[in-house]
Amino acid sequence: MNVSLADPVRESELRVSTDGSSVSLRGITKSFGVQEVLHGIDLDIPAGQFVAIVGRSGCGKSTLLRLVAGLDKPTSGTVEIDGRATGWRDTVRLMFQEPRLLPWQRVAANVEVGLSHRKSGDDRRRLAIETLAQVGLDDRAKEWPSVLSGGQKQRVALARALVSHPRILAFDEPLGALDALTRIEMQSLIEQVWQDKGFTAIVVTHDVTEAVTLADRVLLLDAGRVAMDVTVDLPRPRRHGDPEAAAIEGRILDRLLGR
Amino acid sequence: MKRALPWVVPVVILLAWQAASQFGVLRDQIMPAPTAVAEAFWRVLRSGELLRDIEISTWRAFAGFAVGGGIGFALGMLNGLSGLSEKLTDSTLQMVRNIPHLALIPLVILWFGIGEEAKLFLVALGVFFPIYVNTLHGVRSVDRQLLEMARAYGMSERAIFWRVVFPGALPSIFVGLRYGLGIMWLTLIVAETISASSGIGFMAMNAREFMMVDVVVVSILIYALLGKLADSIARLLERTCLAWNPVYADV
Ligand SMILES: Nc1ncnc2c1ncn2[C@@H]1O[C@H](COP(=O)(O)OP(=O)(O)OP(=O)(O)O)[C@@H](O)[C@H]1O
Ligand SMILES: [Mg+2]
Repeated sequence: MNVSLADPVRESELRVSTDGSSVSLRGITKSFGVQEVLHGIDLDIPAGQFVAIVGRSGCGKSTLLRLVAGLDKPTSGTVEIDGRATGWRDTVRLMFQEPRLLPWQRVAANVEVGLSHRKSGDDRRRLAIETLAQVGLDDRAKEWPSVLSGGQKQRVALARALVSHPRILAFDEPLGALDALTRIEMQSLIEQVWQDKGFTAIVVTHDVTEAVTLADRVLLLDAGRVAMDVTVDLPRPRRHGDPEAAAIEGRILDRLLGR
Repeated sequence: MKRALPWVVPVVILLAWQAASQFGVLRDQIMPAPTAVAEAFWRVLRSGELLRDIEISTWRAFAGFAVGGGIGFALGMLNGLSGLSEKLTDSTLQMVRNIPHLALIPLVILWFGIGEEAKLFLVALGVFFPIYVNTLHGVRSVDRQLLEMARAYGMSERAIFWRVVFPGALPSIFVGLRYGLGIMWLTLIVAETISASSGIGFMAMNAREFMMVDVVVVSILIYALLGKLADSIARLLERTCLAWNPVYADV
């Protein structure tokens, strides 16, 4: 999976916009009909930070993420990326819980979907293959998605998100449907590409261990508000079962469970 | 050996049929022997009559199919994509759908006489509904999550149509296509049998007047063959276009 690191020429070529963008939310509320899901969220995420958002089911995590990704508009408040309120749609990429690959397009063409917003397209295929190499799947470029395993599909989805060099990558429980081992593999892949590219990462997860393993900072969302903001200042790569991480995890879990 | 297995029953039936004719169990006026049918086939083929009739029937079938299927496809797409258009037309179409199109034959003869238009109209009408209904269903059942993904990745509306909506609806459209092909032949047989001065149906009715049972049987077999051929082509197309779908991949 370390293909990009093993090939310095290719890597430097791909480092076009390595840096992330900062995110700033001011007084964000979001209502669906009469139900207000988010009640006034103020949040600053510095460029390049790895943030995890945890919280009970239905507390508004996906809703918040969709606002940051520009898929929905807040009912009130502002979302600013690098200090700009508009025009940043294409700098943010969203990865879903399901791979959401087009089943009728080959793997490489699915990665090219990530370049749909661009006008010119002669180098699409090349960029797609290079990005597939970064997730270790360049040899499967010509396959149909249906023959890939769940983890492989999610890696293709990751390549699709990465191919346009997003400055912010948002993940909505991207590993929720994977088995434990594949999960750990995917976690380190995500961590590796994040370190490699320097984008701002925002991961929604219901797994507190995953949050503490990956993130610089864990936000706990409760009833539409940020109830807890924990900095995780531990060296990387973090090992599973590290006692310091376990302590942080315990604090977050206590709060989640209302103990 | 395995490949031969499906052919065993037809061959046995054919042999039994031949035997029954030869021993006088089946009278020629009821059902001529397979060999007699083969002879009749050869006769009409050599006279050029058969090919001419196949040509005219096939033309009618596919012209009607193109018109009815084309309109059905376009309306199905439109109603699948536009809520306004659907509200406006769908319930009317669903009501009209309950009229069996063959029930319109007397009316159609009054309108168009017994010319080509009458047959084209009937075929087009019969083919319209399966294509319309299945196209609409296909568009409606396109995965919302894929649509959301496409929008999130900045695909243009045009690209969304060609890369997400159309391929997503295609399996259902093929169901409509194959169903429509069946209705196409059925309608044509009825229309040609009732009123025509050319075509396979005409050949059959003409032969009936002269008590040429063998030619009647030939026409029936030709209809079956054409129907089978059209279905096979549709299947082939389906397998090529839906190769991504594991359901079709193994074939
Ligand atoms: N499009 C929508 N229309 C109406 N209500 C919605 C919509 N999207 C979300 N909601 C509601 O908003 C609330 C928060 O939903 P959201 O999907 O953000 O939760 P979540 O924290 O992501 O939950 P989970 O962990 O189960 O994914 C829920 O009560 C949900 O019913
Ligand atoms: Mg969610």
